[in-house]
Amino acid sequence: MSKVNRKNVWTITAKDFGLFRKKKAILYTAFILPLILSIGLPTILWYVINYTGAPAQRMFALFDAFSFFFVILAAIIPTFIGSYSFVGEKTEKTLEPLLATPTTDDEILLGKSLAAFLPVIIMIFISAVIFMVLMDIFTTAQVGYPYFPNWFFATMILLDSPLVCIMSIELSVIISSRVNDVRSAQQLAVLVIIPFFALYLLTEISVITLDTNTLLIIAGILAIVDIGLFFASRATFQREEILTKWK
Amino acid sequence: MIKIENLTKKYGNLTAVDNLSLQIEEGEVFGLLGPNGAGKTTTIRVLCCLISKTSGNAMLNNLSIDDKKNRIEIRKIIGLLPENVGLYESLSAYKNLDFYAKLYQCTESQRKERIEYYLKMFDLWDKKYVATGTFSKGMKQKLALARVLVHDPKILFLDEPTANLDPEATKMVRDYILELKKEKRTIFLNTHMLDEAERICDRVGILKTQLLDIGSPEELRESLLGKKSVVEVDAITDNILKSIKSLGFEQISIDNNKMTINVNDPRKDNPSIIQAIQDAGGLVQSISELLPSLEDIYLKKVRRNE
Repeated sequence: MSKVNRKNVWTITAKDFGLFRKKKAILYTAFILPLILSIGLPTILWYVINYTGAPAQRMFALFDAFSFFFVILAAIIPTFIGSYSFVGEKTEKTLEPLLATPTTDDEILLGKSLAAFLPVIIMIFISAVIFMVLMDIFTTAQVGYPYFPNWFFATMILLDSPLVCIMSIELSVIISSRVNDVRSAQQLAVLVIIPFFALYLLTEISVITLDTNTLLIIAGILAIVDIGLFFASRATFQREEILTKWK
Repeated sequence: MIKIENLTKKYGNLTAVDNLSLQIEEGEVFGLLGPNGAGKTTTIRVLCCLISKTSGNAMLNNLSIDDKKNRIEIRKIIGLLPENVGLYESLSAYKNLDFYAKLYQCTESQRKERIEYYLKMFDLWDKKYVATGTFSKGMKQKLALARVLVHDPKILFLDEPTANLDPEATKMVRDYILELKKEKRTIFLNTHMLDEAERICDRVGILKTQLLDIGSPEELRESLLGKKSVVEVDAITDNILKSIKSLGFEQISIDNNKMTINVNDPRKDNPSIIQAIQDAGGLVQSISELLPSLEDIYLKKVRRNE
């Protein structure tokens, strides 16, 4: 990997933040969706406990299932931001002047990836805190102790979610080289959530048990996939490739 | 400042640029003329180290594009205006320039000073905080020129800078390029607009995958067509033709009462031609030097190569 100038990386990241601020669709997806989930899911649970009479102790599985939505968020939101970040530059023809600057391919790739990663992961962390606090407020009386935080949720938020987020961004880079508009890129990239939905469903029908150990295994697999995708996205994001082979 | 030696770029089996060699001096404005697909943009991209060459070499300010270590250094001393201006349309004019100035490692004071200077130079200072998406094409092109200049590059690569502009905006952009010429910057201009090349460039090269010709517009005219004088007389007679041929001007073409005569130097030869016509009983109604346009030269060269 060529020497990376952190100042250049941050300049590109900051510029992308500036662009995202002007795009309402990105703002809604990145900020509103996690907040809705972090408030909506505990509210649903509060309703279930208070109006259906279901004992909270029997609902631990539901707690964990709700928690898994944060992994799905970590998969889905970067596809919107990442696709805009890469395909947006392509469709607005801003890539060539950027490539003509004294920056390396790695600096541009890293800068743009960080621009997609940071807002998502920060919003997931904030939403996770809101989720935990609300869940504890609504369920501690019934459960007898604050269910959150716990190792399962910590593994999911601090380990699996960032790895899923990175995977999603790397896929966005690869997809961006093959499509000509942001919407197509988003539609393709959003397919990344399929394995996580499948995992969620398998858990719901008790085919697999989603516990901390399973999450650690998933994290290991994700780390390997991320490394593979990192090299693939890096090979895709080369000046010559972008100018001559990107559609 | 720019030395290109046997530069070739192939995309698979397709040769985009074939064995291009030329040299551009510091402060020179060089125009590369050619039809679409002639390899002009590819040449600029190779020189800007955006794409690799297949063979040959080029040196920019004594830095070889061959050496990977030089690529960042080369990009520091050049400014590229691509055919599509590529501005961030939701960002303001100021933020667009500031972003690029930062990537060229300009200090904060340099950025402030230069951005103000160029936005004022291009009459965009009043619009500095306006999103560029609202700008007219001409304003965008001016801002893109400011972007190219903000890091004070030694060499400018301008790829079709007036393409798709209306006549007023075209004139404005050309005037600014002429201003840059006064600043003694080396400018490499890609264009298929011949009047633009004629007006702006010190030398032009005609490219159609291969370099077909190179020189100043005047040199190209001479090399292709020689020097000619057009004389209009009241009536062309044998006596007049004999009289002119006796001066050694053998190649004369006639069109009604106009004669086109191949001469060595119109300024020196025209008076003796007038005298010869008068001596032969003719009346000269007008005499002028035939100046073929660059368009004539370009078309001849390109068609000859087809």
